[in-house]
Amino acid sequence: MHDKTLAELSQGLADKAFSSVELTEHFLKRINDLDGNYNSFITITEEQAVAQAKAADEQLAKGNTQALTGVPIAHKDIFCTEGVKTSCGSKMLDNFVPPYNATVIEKFNAAGAISLGKTNMDEFAMGSSNETSFYGSVKNPWNTSCVPGGSSGGSAAAVAARLAPAATGTDTGGSIRQPAALCGITGLKPTYGRVSRYGMIAFASSLDQGGPMTQTAEDAALLLNVMAGFDAKDSTSSDTAVADYIATLNDDLSGLTIGLPKEYFGEGLDPAIEASVQAAIKEYEQLGASVKEISLPNTDLAVPCYYVIAPSEASANLSRFDGVRYGYRCEDPKDLHDLYTRTREEGFGEEVKRRILVGTYALSAGFYDAYYKKAQQIRRLIKNDFVEAFKEVDVIMGPTVPNTAFGIGEKSNDPVAMYLEDIYTISTNLAGLPGMSIPAGFANGKPAGLQLTGNYFAEAKLLNIAHRFQQATDWHKQLPATIADQVEG
Amino acid sequence: MEWETVIGLEVHVQLATQTKIFSGSSTAFGAEPNTQANAVDLAMPGTLPVLNEQALKNAIMFGLAINADINKKSVFDRKNYFYPDLPKGYQTTQMDEPIVGAGTVEIQLKNGSHKTIRIHHAHLEEDAGKSLHEGVLSGMGHGSSGIDLNRAGTPLIEIVSEPDIRSAEEAVEFAKKLHSIVTSLGISDGEMSQGSMRFDVNVSVRLKGEEEFGTRTETKNLNSFKFMEEAIELEVERQIDILEDGGEIIQETRLYNGDTKTARSMRSKEEANDYRYFPCPDLLPVVIDDSYIEELGNNLPELPDARQARFVESYGLSEYDAGILGGEATTASFFETVTEQCGDAKLAANWVMGELSAKLNNEEIGINHCPINAEQLGGLISRIKDNTISGKIAKTVFEAMWNGEGTADEIIEAKDLKQVSDTGALETMVDEVIANNTEQVENYRNADEGKRKKMLGFFVGQIMKASKGQANPGMINQILLKKLND
Repeated sequence: MHDKTLAELSQGLADKAFSSVELTEHFLKRINDLDGNYNSFITITEEQAVAQAKAADEQLAKGNTQALTGVPIAHKDIFCTEGVKTSCGSKMLDNFVPPYNATVIEKFNAAGAISLGKTNMDEFAMGSSNETSFYGSVKNPWNTSCVPGGSSGGSAAAVAARLAPAATGTDTGGSIRQPAALCGITGLKPTYGRVSRYGMIAFASSLDQGGPMTQTAEDAALLLNVMAGFDAKDSTSSDTAVADYIATLNDDLSGLTIGLPKEYFGEGLDPAIEASVQAAIKEYEQLGASVKEISLPNTDLAVPCYYVIAPSEASANLSRFDGVRYGYRCEDPKDLHDLYTRTREEGFGEEVKRRILVGTYALSAGFYDAYYKKAQQIRRLIKNDFVEAFKEVDVIMGPTVPNTAFGIGEKSNDPVAMYLEDIYTISTNLAGLPGMSIPAGFANGKPAGLQLTGNYFAEAKLLNIAHRFQQATDWHKQLPATIADQVEG
Repeated sequence: MEWETVIGLEVHVQLATQTKIFSGSSTAFGAEPNTQANAVDLAMPGTLPVLNEQALKNAIMFGLAINADINKKSVFDRKNYFYPDLPKGYQTTQMDEPIVGAGTVEIQLKNGSHKTIRIHHAHLEEDAGKSLHEGVLSGMGHGSSGIDLNRAGTPLIEIVSEPDIRSAEEAVEFAKKLHSIVTSLGISDGEMSQGSMRFDVNVSVRLKGEEEFGTRTETKNLNSFKFMEEAIELEVERQIDILEDGGEIIQETRLYNGDTKTARSMRSKEEANDYRYFPCPDLLPVVIDDSYIEELGNNLPELPDARQARFVESYGLSEYDAGILGGEATTASFFETVTEQCGDAKLAANWVMGELSAKLNNEEIGINHCPINAEQLGGLISRIKDNTISGKIAKTVFEAMWNGEGTADEIIEAKDLKQVSDTGALETMVDEVIANNTEQVENYRNADEGKRKKMLGFFVGQIMKASKGQANPGMINQILLKKLND
């Protein structure tokens, strides 16, 4: 069953080809048998999943079905789940069991989806390799000595290894798209404000956005149909009408203008990835699209701009982890100061501390104008680059990442090299635009991702563009050899 | 050397919204600790703030009441510091772009003069929780502290004055005027004892005629007019002593202890926190348009100055009395109900400012908790007006009403306190007193007009005593004069 897409599994349930309990138990068994190889889950909610599946089967029998009734998925451990540990990949929250659900979780519950468990991630979503997780590195199913990307590396690996048909992720600077690219799956970061952030543990509030991580664009559309929408609990969520993302998947692409930013094809890009991207562009031309070179002149400012804004926001967002009300507390604090300092020293990992320090510095009196304020000005310039570009083109394409999956440990002592892996994804978050990564072939035997960036709230268009490509190609159907061997006849 | 005091005030006013500024928890005072704190107030991971629009409206109403500029775009900022009663590790407040811009407040001093105090701005922010130390709650062990987050997230407006205040008296009048404005607007309950209004005072002194300000200190968190007055006076004296001894004032934050009447330094400027303010990314800038402001302006309740003028105009009160009765919305409405009930503004004013106010002060309760309501007091005054009882007996009835013995009419009936206005009965009483005091009658009749007036009081007193105060004093006078002069 695990060789099927979410859409196919949903159809199978409707056709009574198998029950939700059978389907759920199949994936639970795969996780139990195989996740030792990948470490993609932090928590497996076996009992809850089976109970949900039984309830789903009753609903299916009655014909009362919602969009995802009976379909199992996995959630990044950043989404708060009532009664289920939500760690955010950190020792700080290793004992934290939220008394509430994130809005995204509520929506999936209402849609009838089954939750298999919570996936591994970089600590507080700070990382591009999943190496910063308190629960250990996740391994890339295409090559288990390589990273799966991050921060939604657990979700990406789980979908790539078919331990879950689909998963949720979050993306602050590329955390859905980059692991999707490195693991050869489809990932969509919606427009900022399209998906509620309530109950999604904050890294950088003005950049964070939840989205689907799936095998196909069609599956991403199914998930986004459930996830998207205004939430009165999130002041930054948008009340722009939500499209039916399935309805326009097959729209014709003739007349589509694709913009190729020249800045995305320069120094630092692996030529093998570039070749994959160029081949994908050719495919689009076959589908009726035309191509135009564009310029996003402030691209090189995106990484430094991001590494001021995101840590600044994070430095305040993570102040609540103080050992007073929940989460980790140091042993035998001598006094209040000791409670604060030791709790945070012991509870946070290195990368989180590094970013808190950078953010605290950037916001300090005397540095604010030079860093935070300047970064906000640059952010507007970057946004304007895109606004100008979308006057000429319908979608912007390029590589998702400059390199394929790198070895575990290879870049962990060089934060700047690690940060540069996000060079193509970060601008999208700074501008608040929707972006996708879809499989576009292989470079050096590892998956290469094609990034699609759309205009504000153009998710339906992006999904349509991605779906038509997947109708014409089969890169998204490729499986790592070990997984392909497990596919039943 | 003659010194001049310079004072600026920061006034925190709790807004009387049903729920908190960024969450749906109740703001009611006095609940069990942490029963009015939800996941947002506890800063649980992933929770987000949503602005309570009523708090915004209240702040705008205040701005309109002080003729301030209302900013059509305002921004919430995070003020970062660690403290156990601050769950998020930052306070959400407004720094560079507050909702209320510059405005003015008129105050009247005891000598009758008026003064304008400029308001620099007023902004919206959230209150912190409270730290409870050992012994406050049962079950708290030795050396332990507890946190009560019921207050965390209660909406506040912080009103920041320009340094226009020149004495403790002006500071108190200014604070009282703000109190009367916010209570008249109905945006705050003004309950000082529950911390609904708290003051930070910035004080400096300079030689009279000097242009430059002296170095200032800030005394924080004063929660009564009295403590504020005391703290200012103490600080002014301290600063003058230091300067006259050739010393220098250190810029610092100070704490005043109202019990010991002493103050101490809390932290110096060097030790001050760097709050690292930046715009809160979880809240969008608040953007409002003219019609939104206009609608609030059109529905603004009557303000203290307008009410004072109206009381002078329609009730014929003195400006002073109108100021006292018209200043606070609850007192004003109490007075107006009494007046409506008894039809005599002068009598109503005398009773509200006299007997009632003395009793309230004595018992230390506010007029909104007065055991006698305005209708009942009006009922009592009506009985004075229609001569059912005398003013003196009315005080007895008032006491009984205060003790919950019923309405004026019920008490007069039950205690048989009706004034005797029956001519026949009064004449009998007068006759008896004349018959029993022949010597005094003789003296009276031999005295001249001037002395007679004084002596008349003796006979009136005797009759009142005989009637247990129930004789109608006006009628007794008439009858006595007639009989004595015969």
